[in-house]
Amino acid sequence: MTINLKDVEHVANLARLELTETEKEQFAGQLNAILKYAEKLNELDTDGIEPTSHVMPMANVMREDQVRPSWPIEKVLRNAPDEENGQFKVPAVLE
Amino acid sequence: MSVVSKYETVVGLEVHVELHTKSKIFCGCSTSFGAPPNTHTCPVCLGHPGVLPVLNRQAVEYAMKAAMALNCEIAEWCKFDRKNYFYPDSPKAYQISQFDQPIGLNGWIDIEVNGKTKRIGITRLHLEEDAGKLTHIEGGFGSLADFNRVGTPLIEIVSEPDIRSPEEAKAYLEKLRAIMQYCDVSDVKMEEGSLRCDANISIRPYGQEPFGTRTELKNMNSFRGVQRGLEYEEIRQAEVLDSGSRVVQETRRWDEAQGKTISMRSKEEAHDYRYFPDPDLVRLHIDAEWKARVQTSIPELPDARKARYMQEYGLSSYDADVLTGSMKLADFFEESLKHTADAKASANWIMGELLGYLNANGLDLDDVRITGRGLGEMIQLIEKGTISSKIAKTVFKGMVETGKSPQQIVEEQGLVQISDEGAILSIVDAVIAANPQSVEDFRNGKDKAIGFLVGQVMKETKGKANPGLVNKLLTDRLNG
Repeated sequence: MTINLKDVEHVANLARLELTETEKEQFAGQLNAILKYAEKLNELDTDGIEPTSHVMPMANVMREDQVRPSWPIEKVLRNAPDEENGQFKVPAVLE
Repeated sequence: MSVVSKYETVVGLEVHVELHTKSKIFCGCSTSFGAPPNTHTCPVCLGHPGVLPVLNRQAVEYAMKAAMALNCEIAEWCKFDRKNYFYPDSPKAYQISQFDQPIGLNGWIDIEVNGKTKRIGITRLHLEEDAGKLTHIEGGFGSLADFNRVGTPLIEIVSEPDIRSPEEAKAYLEKLRAIMQYCDVSDVKMEEGSLRCDANISIRPYGQEPFGTRTELKNMNSFRGVQRGLEYEEIRQAEVLDSGSRVVQETRRWDEAQGKTISMRSKEEAHDYRYFPDPDLVRLHIDAEWKARVQTSIPELPDARKARYMQEYGLSSYDADVLTGSMKLADFFEESLKHTADAKASANWIMGELLGYLNANGLDLDDVRITGRGLGEMIQLIEKGTISSKIAKTVFKGMVETGKSPQQIVEEQGLVQISDEGAILSIVDAVIAANPQSVEDFRNGKDKAIGFLVGQVMKETKGKANPGLVNKLLTDRLNG
């Protein structure tokens, strides 16, 4: 599999990144190098091996349904770019 | 309408149900409704970097319970995935959901439309977290994000495209809501958003195998809204096809006020959510023992209860359907039967007077104070002849409004039926004396005249006279 400029543009768009033409070229090259490196894994015979979704050999880590204190509102809003009436104010989004 | 009958409608529904756990799915923040904005948040649900979500066991069990009640196979292993998208209602820029290993698969429920039972397949049921709530400042100056709802556990229930009419869609939703209510996993209130529904709808000429191009409908805030939105859309699509055009695959918003659907995006960008396993959450293993334990917590479901009402109490399919359509109503009915053996009378009072009163006033059973026990005892008073059926309506209304026992209402308002012959006879005589014309009419063969005279006696006694006795005494006197 190779990454072309269209793929880079698509991924950049999904990630809301604006790239210059030079950067697109640059990232296409780097992404291809990464994929090529990972392609080495294809040399292994994985017939009959279950796909791995998690590397940790654990399951069922859960908590009981208990309410714990939330954060005070001042702390919650400390990272808000802008606020109004205890809410995060963001540029208008209209569907 | 002829445009519609040429085409067959195909509908699939996606329903989101909020599970009523006390705390959120991945953190200990409260899920209670109506708190001031952002006061039920913490670094985990706000999506701060470096935090670790931990799964709420109760949310998993509710999802299992719901899946089992919908006849799904329960996955032995499942996992959580990240669904990536940018939108200000989701501070993490991804939603934790389940992609290819949902908790439940291949279920079904039976619905009844026009007296016919139909099975609707359920493709899958998965567990995920809810997003926040956005409000838009008027004039387009910005949007405000409240993240209290972020992380409320949801199950998404996806139906097969087995639904063939808006009416079936409504019946499916009603059955789904009843099952969730019986299982006690959610408040299932569409007005509060604890049950939400999106619909995929397409039409095809009768006999054609492949599905037509579908549209997705959003923003339907009631079961009635779902039905109306689908009714509008099936006609709109038929008109598009009849005019020689093609239906565009798009998302459309149902506008309740205008009574129509409106295209939300003209140029829809193909969704690319780039799902991948959430590395913060380990896999979930549901073994047979756990499954069996949850299975035993599932109560008698609507279909089983309906069958029992028909068999044990001889109720009609329709009556049993109405009574079991809501668990609270069914419980109310059963409570009444602890105090009267007359199930049919109880069913009639519930379906006539009670539902009539609730519907007329836009109320829920919770909003009124009458109890099943009160109704049962009232029916007993009728059986014993203490009150007449007519007076019972007054007693019933009193119970609905005050929650008092029927005995108390009867005593306080002096509603005990007069069955004392002497007392009634003196009123009968007075009525005969005061209405010579009617007496004359009756003697001339107008049998109807007696109805008027009975009415006068009932009026004199404010409805409390035993009607059978009044009739008998009047007839005796007039013929004597």
